[in-house]
Amino acid sequence: MNDKPAARENSRLLIKLVGLALGMFAFGFLLVPIYDVFCDITGLGGKFDLEAAVVETRVPVDDRIITVEFVASLNEYAPWEFHPAVASMEVRPGQMYDTTFYAKNLTDRELVGQAVPSIAPGQAVRFFQKTECFCFTSQKFTAQEGRDMPLQFVVDPELPEYIDRLTLSYTFFATNQVAQN
Amino acid sequence: MSATVADMHDSHDHHGPVHTGIKRWLFATNHKDIGTLYLVFALVMLFVGGLMALIIRAELFQPGLQFVDPDFFNQMTTMHALIMVFGMIMPAFAGFANWMIPMMIGAPDMALPRLNNWSFWLLPFAATLLVSTLFMPGGAPASGWTLYPPLVLQTGDAFPFAIFAIHLLGISSIMAAINIIVTILNLRTPSMSLLQMPMFVWSWLITAYLLILVMPVLAGGVTMLLMDQFFGTSFFEAAGGGDPVLFQHIFWFFGHPEVYIIILPAFGIISHVIPAFSRKPLFGHNAMVYATACIAFLSCVVWAHHMFTVGMPLAGQMFFMFATMLIAIPTGVKIFNWTATMWQGALTFETPMLFAIAFLFLFTIGGFTGVMMAMVPLDFQYHDSYFIVAHFHYVLVPGALFGAIAGCYFWLPKWTGHMYDERLGKIHFWLTTIFVNLTFFPQHFVGLAGMPRRIPDYAVQFTNFNMMSSIGAFGFGFSQLLLVYVIYKCVKGGAKATAEVWDNPEGLEWTVPSPAPYHTFEVPPVYTPRYGATH
Repeated sequence: MNDKPAARENSRLLIKLVGLALGMFAFGFLLVPIYDVFCDITGLGGKFDLEAAVVETRVPVDDRIITVEFVASLNEYAPWEFHPAVASMEVRPGQMYDTTFYAKNLTDRELVGQAVPSIAPGQAVRFFQKTECFCFTSQKFTAQEGRDMPLQFVVDPELPEYIDRLTLSYTFFATNQVAQN
Repeated sequence: MSATVADMHDSHDHHGPVHTGIKRWLFATNHKDIGTLYLVFALVMLFVGGLMALIIRAELFQPGLQFVDPDFFNQMTTMHALIMVFGMIMPAFAGFANWMIPMMIGAPDMALPRLNNWSFWLLPFAATLLVSTLFMPGGAPASGWTLYPPLVLQTGDAFPFAIFAIHLLGISSIMAAINIIVTILNLRTPSMSLLQMPMFVWSWLITAYLLILVMPVLAGGVTMLLMDQFFGTSFFEAAGGGDPVLFQHIFWFFGHPEVYIIILPAFGIISHVIPAFSRKPLFGHNAMVYATACIAFLSCVVWAHHMFTVGMPLAGQMFFMFATMLIAIPTGVKIFNWTATMWQGALTFETPMLFAIAFLFLFTIGGFTGVMMAMVPLDFQYHDSYFIVAHFHYVLVPGALFGAIAGCYFWLPKWTGHMYDERLGKIHFWLTTIFVNLTFFPQHFVGLAGMPRRIPDYAVQFTNFNMMSSIGAFGFGFSQLLLVYVIYKCVKGGAKATAEVWDNPEGLEWTVPSPAPYHTFEVPPVYTPRYGATH
């Protein structure tokens, strides 16, 4: 059975199958950009682009009231105090609103922070437009410094009918703890 | 055929193992030796993983914390799952594949015998590496076998070791899969067409392709975990623009096909056992092949049903819900075909058949709870409760493991040349089946009532069911010692088995003497399907 043609057949199939396995290993990594694109299209995961939206302020179109809740979170051992100025706001789509988040550096060193936003439900990500946000840039704090950080946003009147409550969540990270992306 | 058999028997005297003693096993390239190694390894791991399950059940016997601290409890749930999945059930079926596939397709050996040796011998080292994480500072991973970040990144020094162990286990099973595909496609006796191949061979061909498709994706996923932890990447780190949910997608892209990788070979074994003891050909052989292929395909597009609760668009929920429920159709084809095989058959109830029938009943229960969980609105209640624990144990224990045990009793006389002790086999069956139900059935109830999984303590109202479960688990665990004794006794001696062993079963493996000679089918046999060209 170990004659040459058979051995060649075997190695040909072997190479194909090893190739398939390596290809699938690469596919695993390819899933990362695919997932990003998929999330971009569907709003899955509620991830924002970290740049200011350009919107012309429109007159509030209807009497719809949307509740926007603000959540500020910190991971374990994060050396900050971090909370929103108000827990929630009642907003009308199409109108511009301002609010602030407060952050304080609890260490005796200079720290650079970065807020990472996320919104729930994820489908709302395209309809929540931030014209100004402290999350667009990293925030430098001197030792024990605390300050309010601005946020300006508009809820798009196109927001699907069935959504009447949005939760905007920020997690505040010290950038020296994680790689910048 | 008889001439071939006589030749085989003749050559048996001259061509035993090249090496003797420990070298026979270390340098093994014979498919039967490697099959035996796999099976013995799996049996050892059954007890290692089982011991961990008993630690879990001992702790859950009563509410409150009795024996172990919560972190160690979670290390146990994690290690129990990893060992049972990668160290026990997959090697067990690889062992069956090694032993039986060449004999079923009339091949002299596996196509790539040295690769075969390597894929087995990676296993003990990988398993040792995995178990050794228990003794490292910070202990073994305690994140559950799903290894979700960021929790898994809090593992102590053991983290890279656990990841490397998973890499090794993955490499081992990919190599075994490649070997099996090459063997089936290139070494099959020329007179056996693809569709004529026995169901166990078909199941493994499809399983092997699934393994090659998804194992590397898991390897990629855990490599990303490693990079996040040590090289400052942010695949799953929200602060760096990554997303931990991505890991769940990658994991379940592997994880869902993996559950079919575990169950399909068991389907294959059952498709041999039921016809043999019904004395009828397998009903709808071709339908079984297509159903298996269909299950394998669907298994690759349903992964997100494991993560409904992380939130996804309505369209996504609908797609994954309906695609998942669709799997019930080809699975139903298989269940009904097995039942139809028994219909009007001349049934006898030897131990393998008992396990096969129990498989049929109990796997179906697990299948139904699976359909329940496929429904999005219901899944929110069942998710991460003991209901899911009951579900997947029903498909894995009386499903996959019963398949393996049935196969073990079925082919043991072929392997050893002796009949096993039928009386002890039946006792083993009844103990196992009663205790397995006592263990897992009450878990449905506590799960529905709200008991979460992976937590060492629970509310007092769940006590009675948990006590039943724990008693069942200990009974089940100790019953398996009987299996070891039956196997030991059968290896040592017993009534002489004939070549056919059972009453005129179908398949080339029954045309060689028992015990199967060290080398079989050095000349490709002529295969004539017994039931005409219908399949």
